Amino acid sequence: MALVSRSRTERLVNLVICLLSTRRYLTAAQIAATVPGYEHDPEDAKEHDAFQRKFERDKSELRALGVPLETGTASAFDSEPGYRIAHRDYALPPIPLAPDEAAAVGVAARLWRHAGMAAAASSGLAKLRAGGVEVDPHATLGVEPVIAVDASFEPLTAAARARRQVTFEYRVPEDDAPKTRHLQPWGVVCWRGRWYVVGFDIDRDAPRCFRLSRIVGQVLGYGPVGAFAPPADVDLIGYVAHWSGPVERTQTARVLVRHGRAAGVRRWATEVASTVDGDVLEMRYADADGFAAWLVGYGADVTVLEPDDVRKSIIARLEDIAEVAEAKV
Amino acid sequence: MSSGSAGDRLARLLNLVPYLLARPGIEIGEAAADLAVSEKQLREDLELLWVCGLPGYGPGDLIDMSFDGDRVTVTYDAGIGRPLRLTPDEATALVVALRMLMETPGVSDRDAIDRALTKIEKAAVLEQAPPVAVRMPGDNDRVQTLTGMLERGNALQISYYSAARDVTSDRVIDPMRLLAVSGRSYLEAWCRSAQGVRMFRVDRIDALVELDEKARPPAGVVGADLSDGVFQPDPSATLMTLRVSRGSRWITEYYPCESVVEVPGDEWLVSMRVNDLDWARRLVLGLGPKVSVVSPEHLADAVRASAIAALNNYS
Repeated sequence: MALVSRSRTERLVNLVICLLSTRRYLTAAQIAATVPGYEHDPEDAKEHDAFQRKFERDKSELRALGVPLETGTASAFDSEPGYRIAHRDYALPPIPLAPDEAAAVGVAARLWRHAGMAAAASSGLAKLRAGGVEVDPHATLGVEPVIAVDASFEPLTAAARARRQVTFEYRVPEDDAPKTRHLQPWGVVCWRGRWYVVGFDIDRDAPRCFRLSRIVGQVLGYGPVGAFAPPADVDLIGYVAHWSGPVERTQTARVLVRHGRAAGVRRWATEVASTVDGDVLEMRYADADGFAAWLVGYGADVTVLEPDDVRKSIIARLEDIAEVAEAKV
Repeated sequence: MSSGSAGDRLARLLNLVPYLLARPGIEIGEAAADLAVSEKQLREDLELLWVCGLPGYGPGDLIDMSFDGDRVTVTYDAGIGRPLRLTPDEATALVVALRMLMETPGVSDRDAIDRALTKIEKAAVLEQAPPVAVRMPGDNDRVQTLTGMLERGNALQISYYSAARDVTSDRVIDPMRLLAVSGRSYLEAWCRSAQGVRMFRVDRIDALVELDEKARPPAGVVGADLSDGVFQPDPSATLMTLRVSRGSRWITEYYPCESVVEVPGDEWLVSMRVNDLDWARRLVLGLGPKVSVVSPEHLADAVRASAIAALNNYS
C-alpha cells in the first residue's frame, strides 16, 4: 500500500515538473513516453485503457490541488489535445510580508480551528511558509476572535465567487414550513456575529438578505457560472445593517425600583434618586412596548411612574400573563 | 481515502522544495517540527523528491540536495522552486479571517493586519475579492483597555453584572485571555470568589480597577473549549418547557434549546436547560403572554404570582 502510494506520488511530482518545463502542449502519448510510471504498450487495448484511466485520475488529482493544467494543441495541424502548466499561473508570487504582517496572517489562519475553512486556511498558510514567510506560531493580537460559520457558508461563498445562482430551503421561525428560494448571491456578510447572504432574490425580483442559520438542508447551485454581476460597489453590510441596526433611545421614563433589587435595570439608569419606597431611576428608551416588555421581566421589583403609555403597556401585559397562567390551572 | 492522502502528500511535496530552498542548511529535525511531520516522514519525502526531476531524469535533471550532517540544502529545484498559488478557498479562508481579526474590537496592530490583507489579496490574484464582508460593532476602547491590562498581567477587581442572578457584585479575577465570540467580547479569567474559570461578558463589566499584584490563575487551569460555543447547557440543570406562540418562536434562535416540538396549531413546545429559576421567571415574564410555562409547575406558579404582585403596584 505504501509502495503504491509512493510510486503514484512520484509519478505526480514528475508529471508536474514535466508539464511546467514544456512550452509546447504535450499529448497524452508524449507524456506516457516521457514520465516514469506511465509505461505501457499503446497497441495493447487493455493496457492503453488502463493508462488512460490512470492519466485521467492524475489530471483530476492535480486540478483538485489547484494546479493550473492548460489544454490546447501544439499546432494547427494537431487534432489531439495536449497539456502544459504555465509557470506564471502555477507559482505563488513573492509575498514580502513584514514580521508583524506575517504574525497577523498566522493568527488569522488559526481562527478557523473551530469551524468551516480550517483545512483551506492551514494549506494556504503552508504555501505562504513554503514561499519563505516566517510565521510565529505563538503570536497573539490581544483578542482572539472565534469564528463559527454555518454549513451553508462555503457553498454560498463559492457560488458568489463563481456568480452562479443557488436555490435552498429557507425557514423563518414564524412560518410553519420552509420555502424554496432562488438567489443570485452577491456575497456573505457577518454582522454582529451572525451570518447572512445578500443577493438578488429571483422569486421576489428584489435584493434580499437571508440568515444562514435559517437555511434548511443543502445549498444547490444551478445554471451556468458567470450568470450575473452584482451591482458595482455594492455595500453588502448596508443591506444587513439597515435591516437590523441599532436604535436611538430618545424617550425618557421614570421608574421606581425596590431597594437592592433589579440590578439589570439599574445599570441602564441615567439618574438615580433614593426615596423611602425605593430608588427612582431616570431611563432612556426607544419604543414603549419593547421597553415595557423588558421591564415586565423584573416583576414587582419595578414600577413605571411615567410616561403613561409605558404604564398602560405594562399593565396590559401583566393582566394577560396573569390570565394565561390562571387559565392553565 | 487513499486518494485523499496521496493528494495531501503531493501538496506537501510541492511545498517542501520551496520551503527548503528558502531556508538553506536547515536542520531536518527543525524542519520536521515546523512542518508538523515526523522526522522519519520528512526523510522519506526527501528520498522521494531526490528521484524526481526533469525529463531525461539524468544526474543534472533530478532535484538535488546536499546534506551536511543533519542539515539539508536544496541545490537544484527542477522548476518547482515556488509553491503553488493559493486556491480560491485558501485565499477566502485567509482573507475572511484577516477581515474578522481587523473588525474585532480591541485587537492590537490593526495597521499590520490591514497591510497583510492587502498583500494577501494581491498575491491571491483572484478575479474579485472574496465576497465576504465582516462588521463587528463593539466597544473598542473598553476592550483595548482590557488588552493593555492583560498584557501587564495584573489581577483585576471588577464590578460585574450577572444576568443569571440579576445582581452586580465585586470580585477579584486573574485574567487569562480576551475572546470575541458571535459578535460579543469576553474576558476569560480565574474568578477568586467562584474558585473557577469564568467567561465575563465585557459589556457587563460595570467597573474595574487594576490591582497592584500579578494575576496568578492556579497552575494547570486552562481556558474553555469553545468549539460548541460559549454557552454549554448543563445537562443536569432543570429542564424548562415553554408553550410558545407563533410570534415568539424567535426565541429558539436566541437561546440554546434542547428540543423544539411542533404541535398542531400555532404553538411550539420549546425545552431548554435553566440553571436558575429566578432567571427563568424573568425570562418568561419578559417574553409576555404569548409564552407560557408547561413545566416545571412551580415555575408556572412563580410567574403568575409575580404578575399578580406587579399588578398590585399599579392599582
